[in-house]
Parts: sequence; C-alpha cells; structure tokens
Amino acid sequence: MKTAIIQLPGLNRDRDMIAALYHITGVEPLRIWQTETTIPNVDLIVLPGGFSYGDYLRCGAIAARTPVLQAVREKAQKGTTIIGICNGFQILLEAGLLPGTLMRNASLKFVCREIKLEVTNADTKFSQNYHKGQIIRCPVAHHDGNYFADTETVKRMEDKQQIIFRYAENTNPNGSIHDIAGIVNEAGNILGMMPHPENFIEEAHGGTDGRLLFQSALGLKTE
Amino acid sequence: MEARVTVTLKNGVLDPQGQAISAALNNLAIKGVQSIRQGKVFDIVLDDMPPETAKQKLEKMCEQLLVNTVIENYTVELL
Repeated sequence: MKTAIIQLPGLNRDRDMIAALYHITGVEPLRIWQTETTIPNVDLIVLPGGFSYGDYLRCGAIAARTPVLQAVREKAQKGTTIIGICNGFQILLEAGLLPGTLMRNASLKFVCREIKLEVTNADTKFSQNYHKGQIIRCPVAHHDGNYFADTETVKRMEDKQQIIFRYAENTNPNGSIHDIAGIVNEAGNILGMMPHPENFIEEAHGGTDGRLLFQSALGLKTE
Repeated sequence: MEARVTVTLKNGVLDPQGQAISAALNNLAIKGVQSIRQGKVFDIVLDDMPPETAKQKLEKMCEQLLVNTVIENYTVELL
C-alpha cells in the first residue's frame, strides 16, 4: 500500500498527515516536493493543510500553478485517488480539479474547534466504510473555509451526489453554502474537504472517526 | 508600458470584509456609506508592445492567475 504527500513551502499539516498515513498503512508516505514533475505510482496522493506560499494572492492560488500540481493533474486524469484537506482543498479548487471556491469565513475569524459532519453519500471510494446519514466528529482549523459555488454548480453537484460531507447539527463553522464540507469530482477519484480527518486517527487524539476515511480511500476493510 | 488590473467581487457574492470595513467607518462616525465591497488592484509594468498584444497578455494573466472567475470580475486598462 503506497501513498504520497505533496510538500509545498508553508504547509504545516504535512507531519500530521504523514503520521496518519503511517498509522493506517504501516508505511511512510513518499514526500513529493513542489519542483517535482512526476509522481511515482501510488494508491493515494494527499495534499495536506497549511498556508502554502503564505496564502498570497488567494489561498492555494500559487500552489495550484507549481510544477508538481501539473503532475497531480496528470495523475488525476489517470484516475489516481487524490485527497486535498484544508489548504489542499483550496489548491484543488484553484487548480480546477474540483468546482467552486473557498472564501474568508463569514465570521471573519479563524476557527479551531471540533464540528460534526453528516455523511451524505456513503457510495464513494472515500466514504464507503461509513453509512449514509452517519454523524461523525472531526476537527476544523481554518480562516478561509467558506465554500461557495453558483446555484447551477451546486445543483449539478447535488444531482450527481458529489457532496459527501455536510456540517451537521448547526456546527457549520464558516458560512459554507448548503453546509458543504466535502465534495468529490464527477469521476469520483478526487476528494476535497475543509475538516481534518487526519487529526482524528488515534485514541490519543480524542476521536478516531477520521480513520475510516483513509481506510475507505485505500480500499481497506475496517477491523 | 504600464497597466492596471482591477479585480472586484461579483454581485451576489457575500463580502464580510467589506461589511466589517463599513461597520468600522460607522464607528468612526463617518456617515452616509451605503455599502463597501473590497477588491484588489495590480499595477503591472510590461515590455513595450502594441496595445492589442498587451491587452491580450493581461487578459491571459487574469484568466490564468490573477482572478478567481468563480467569484470575481476584472477590468484591464493601459495607463
């Protein structure tokens, strides 16, 4: 089981993601630097969270135009499983690999807390170990997580079941339209989400609801 | 040659920063402001080239990097 994480200057959740992937697979993920133009064949590529390039211009805007993102784009077209968390989600949106955008939180405040997510589609490779309607716990930590897309795009995503996680029980921390927390592309091999499932892996984290997400993405059955 | 690109939020896109600035003006007792929407300005120095070529180049910059066309509009002017 091979995984890779993309490393860009300014990301700060890469260590957490390495620990999470090691915990799940028993193997250290490959680390792919921003200047790389090819990525080895792996079962999962993750773009972790943080503040790539200091959030200059717009969150994820500079990262989305780096050489390594062209390599990610090629992998995406070949159907490789890709997850972008937090800044990784922002980068995938800026790269045009997922629809919509993330704006400043409606409260204008950085939010760092635990929220609840509803699994609204358990029929994707990222959510197959959950069940539809399941409420899971997950931490969030961001300043620009306010998901927005025009009405037509949101309708199309809803029709195609691309919205797989929504903030539940009035815990929407950022003003996201329709409580959208996590979406997949039409082909179903790319997931972007603001919350941090990699921080809910081990018992010591205070919750383990994130484990099923990575096990799903890697096609691992749950113990 | 010099150019200026102005980026503004599309109508209907919520602008909490603009709202916060508006509230701060109110706190300063500067009255009469109906609304504020925050945008960005890029001042760009280009090599000398025909104005049409420059405009095309600026449009390309906007579409590929400077502007998030999901939520933003832009205007391009040669100075």
